[in-house]
Amino acid sequence: MITISDIIAQIDSTSAREVIETALAKARESSDYHALLNLTAERALERADAVDAGKITGKLAGVPFVIKDNFLAFGAPTTAASKMLENFVAPLQATSVEKLEAEGAICIGKSNLDAFAHGGSTENSAFGPTSNAYDKTRVSGGSSGGSAVVTALDIVPFALGSDTGGSIRQPASFNGVVGVKPTYGTISRYGVVAMASSTDVIGAFTNNVSDAELVISIMAGRDVRDMTTLPNFFEPLAETKPGLKIGLISDFMAEGVDSDVRARVNEYVAKLRENGHIVEDVSLPMAEYALAIYYILVPAELSSNLARYDGIRYGFRAEGVKTLAELYGRTRDQGFVTENKRRIMIGSYVLSSGFFDAYYLQAQKARTLLINQFNKLFKKYDMLIGPVAPTTAFKIGKNSSDPIKMYLGDIMTVPTSLAGLPAISVPAGHDESGLPVGVQLMGPMRSDAKLLALARSMESKL
Amino acid sequence: MTQITRDDVLHLAQLSSLELNDAEIDGLQTDLGNILGYVEQLSQLDTTGVEPTYQVTGLQNVWRDDSVIDYGVSREDMLALSTESSEHQVKVPKVL
Repeated sequence: MITISDIIAQIDSTSAREVIETALAKARESSDYHALLNLTAERALERADAVDAGKITGKLAGVPFVIKDNFLAFGAPTTAASKMLENFVAPLQATSVEKLEAEGAICIGKSNLDAFAHGGSTENSAFGPTSNAYDKTRVSGGSSGGSAVVTALDIVPFALGSDTGGSIRQPASFNGVVGVKPTYGTISRYGVVAMASSTDVIGAFTNNVSDAELVISIMAGRDVRDMTTLPNFFEPLAETKPGLKIGLISDFMAEGVDSDVRARVNEYVAKLRENGHIVEDVSLPMAEYALAIYYILVPAELSSNLARYDGIRYGFRAEGVKTLAELYGRTRDQGFVTENKRRIMIGSYVLSSGFFDAYYLQAQKARTLLINQFNKLFKKYDMLIGPVAPTTAFKIGKNSSDPIKMYLGDIMTVPTSLAGLPAISVPAGHDESGLPVGVQLMGPMRSDAKLLALARSMESKL
Repeated sequence: MTQITRDDVLHLAQLSSLELNDAEIDGLQTDLGNILGYVEQLSQLDTTGVEPTYQVTGLQNVWRDDSVIDYGVSREDMLALSTESSEHQVKVPKVL
């Protein structure tokens, strides 16, 4: 598994140009996975030459990375894997991308996702699904599937993703890489296609924990262009102390969860105990309702956020229309995939007069109850542990005709999203078919560094 | 259990500015009914006296200086993103 320090050593002994050319060649050789929608080759090679000439320096000078295609970035269109933005060339870059570029990192391409990040498999991409890094007949997970796969295939040492309800953690689990969803507000979302503003976060995929710590620390911090960002609190810890109290969420370890997934989590728990930590079973009864809360609040928020795609100022515009109303209606019908429409219409339903109190308001109150249960657990426990998803990567096509079945895959990742808590997915072995299994570590707000330090300390012990 | 009729689908499509084709309407009628049927379980929860949570950071009144920030994007750059523009304005079909 390729890491940032491997790449920096390669740049020192060869050149940034050679490293970037190698990454681009690997990306082209792996095109059958359909993990990348576009390469940013020309801009990447120009930047590589600037690194070699000493004009670009920094902690990541010459290090290639991939950006989920819902981040605005230079060098290729920003499509959000949709027809709506198929030819959209971003006039500006996301703050997160700017910060990485300021440290010399070089984007080589934009990765596939479920259109507008609506989904958990990348099967909702308007340009076709991404295959799993371990089995091409299986899904990559999603919505940040492409970014997980390019990291797992060693095309790049890190890739960016966004996580609204599990879109970094679940594909990380399905492809055997580290996936970090930081505390809500850690990293600016300026320049990232908005989905659900109260849970959207920016994060990263890496092949080890210390690379994730480095990348997150570069991107973190307040941004006047995103007023929901927190003052920078993220400071990687040198080590983790034994004696952490960790709660194993028993609600996530029930019968319906694959036995191999439970077995890998239990083994991880056993290793935590061997290393001096205390793990106890805990209950989070509101977890049962989290998915219902999520599939009211997120459609409500995204139906507002996606109202901007109307064919007027940018993006796709339907042809052959006579009136403005026709232009809106046909542009949106042709520009969105079915899952986008489902979610927008559910949002319109739960926000409409007469239903608002029963659905939207009730869900926001239920969200409070969920957060209260988390807070109660964090009075006694430093962090929580459980699986990332109930299964390993499933076959392409298996769940795509049944939205509820697809949504149930998010059941273990949405609770922390609704509460804004940091959660990370770390590789924990494989199932009997050789497919990766991830374990999820979750903590209170701003405990990101603590979670990562624990995960790092366990890496060599698995 | 929520019953979603074909008319409901058409009404929601109108609220959502989506001009659906006939083939999509049947599928969406089934899907929307199933999704709303699933999320309805929240009605079982007693939320009397519980305050709603609209945001999780607790940030309030985040201020910045009242000064112009240069985003590095010109009016021409923005207009170029539109399908049709003329005389520094975006062109649209007839409104009325």
